[in-house]
Amino acid sequence: MNFAQALVSGLLTGFVFALIAAGLTLIFGVMEIVNFAHGEFLMLSMYLSYFFHTFLRLDPLLALPLNAAALFALGVIVYYALIRRVLKAPMLAQIFATFGLGVFLQSLAQFLWRPDFRTLGETWVSGRRIALAGVFVSGPQLAAAAGAVVTTALLWWLLPRTSTGRALLATAEDKQAAALMGIDPDRMFALAWGIGAACVGVAGALLSTFHYVFPQVGSQFALIAFVAVALGGFGSVLGAFAGGIAIGVVESLSGVFIEPALKNLFVFAIYLIVVLARPRGLLGKQ
Amino acid sequence: MKIVALVAAALVLVWPLIVRGPYPQHLMILVLLNALLGTAWNILGGFAGQISLGQAIFFGAGAYTSTLLAQHADVSPWLGLLAGAGVAVALAVAIGAPCFRLSGHYFAIATIALGEIAAIAVTNWDFAGGAVGLFLPVEGTGIAQMKFDDKRGYHYVLCALLALALGVTVWLRGARAGFYWRAIREDQAAARSAGVPATRYKLLAISVSAAFTAMAGTFYAQYVLFIDPPSVLPLSLSIQICLVAVLGGAGTLLGPLLGAAVLVPLSAATSVFLGGSGRSLDLVVYGALIMIIAVFEPSGLVGLGRRISATVSRNFARETP
Repeated sequence: MNFAQALVSGLLTGFVFALIAAGLTLIFGVMEIVNFAHGEFLMLSMYLSYFFHTFLRLDPLLALPLNAAALFALGVIVYYALIRRVLKAPMLAQIFATFGLGVFLQSLAQFLWRPDFRTLGETWVSGRRIALAGVFVSGPQLAAAAGAVVTTALLWWLLPRTSTGRALLATAEDKQAAALMGIDPDRMFALAWGIGAACVGVAGALLSTFHYVFPQVGSQFALIAFVAVALGGFGSVLGAFAGGIAIGVVESLSGVFIEPALKNLFVFAIYLIVVLARPRGLLGKQ
Repeated sequence: MKIVALVAAALVLVWPLIVRGPYPQHLMILVLLNALLGTAWNILGGFAGQISLGQAIFFGAGAYTSTLLAQHADVSPWLGLLAGAGVAVALAVAIGAPCFRLSGHYFAIATIALGEIAAIAVTNWDFAGGAVGLFLPVEGTGIAQMKFDDKRGYHYVLCALLALALGVTVWLRGARAGFYWRAIREDQAAARSAGVPATRYKLLAISVSAAFTAMAGTFYAQYVLFIDPPSVLPLSLSIQICLVAVLGGAGTLLGPLLGAAVLVPLSAATSVFLGGSGRSLDLVVYGALIMIIAVFEPSGLVGLGRRISATVSRNFARETP
């Protein structure tokens, strides 16, 4: 496998990491809470795609808006039912509220749907392959990357251009000032959880076309997303995007050219090097 | 409150003498092990305010150092315990010196990253048994070998280690270090400007924390007689350690003990009553309970205990005018 091939496949994976990380960083940016159940949200979205595909014959890409809507609702419900109650609690209690939610959702999935590895089977994009200048790209991976880029770009473009989006950004900037301008921070927090969860809703649908679906599937993606978010700087959507892509590329190149078993070691090492040089991440407020 | 603590301590000391079943004895050992790990975490996370989610590194350092020394040089586990603590302190300083420049979530995630690096590195390190793990050489039992025929010996070794950790915590908490740690935890910039050598005292906190965590690791290896990366180096262990201290009450002496005393029987009970199906219903309940405690007692069970004892003493005051 040559360099270009490894680079391209790393970039494609990186776009999906970037979308997952964008959802995480959006929640953090608005209310400074790290969602340790983020991976489990992703897992639920992947199961949703699986059930749509198996029982309703709905292609994951067609059902994608349904995933986004369902996860948006889940995010809002989680905010009102759980997060709102720990807003003023110490950081550790907040960590464990979302961590407990993660354990709860993951084991509930295992209880309901058993620990089996499932695949969706035939979808629109499966089995397709595109060759460009000697670089092969599989259909599912290309679709996932394209979907992730479009969603992240849409988010990035819409936030400053709609009044709700501006209210959200204003709340992230300065809660008190935003509240004085008549923006209800409570609604904005709920919205941030909704949009953050909807991001993994989209990512889950995109991943489900080529990735196994099982109760623990979210953990590995969540860990990568934490690192991507911290790498880019907590709260910065653009930073999370850059961090996600960087991790995808590092993972792919070190897997191909150094040693597949050690690829995550390089991801974590790059994170440490970056934050030690820039303690608030690549694009965070220094 | 004091009387309750003394009664509990006495109960722990006589536990393996009055309770004969191996399973309740094992449960008490798990409680004490978690209490030791939580107490060690608490020095760094509770008192000095540096949230570590990578304590498994130190636990693994203790387990692997003593086991490798026993396998290759026939070194006694007691020396291995000290050597493991030494290795852990060296790692702690190597980790702390650069990473203490990070604050809040950045530090916490850096410790997660370091823990994962350690797990991957050991998994791919053939000398340390790689992914296969290591069996401990067993050459007789007795206090010199730190291996025992029944659980009573393990129980008292652990009691001694926990007493040592609590003693050191009490001593440091009342000494200059304790005041500096609290100042750093509340506002590091203000502490620095008041002349607190913050980095040096944070390094002290992580070193003490690492040493006791490594001792727990050495003990664990003697108790289970087999170690591999998933059992002594997983992220879930680091999170469990933090959970014990936080649910009990971070930054209090009794918090980690209370956390271990509640959390271990709780997860055992849910797995006994609900875990039989192998479908993790126990973890569903466990996750829900963590959320409930985080919502209703964000300062930990110590806060709940204080409220109850306040209510009780108020009622007593009313009855005996």
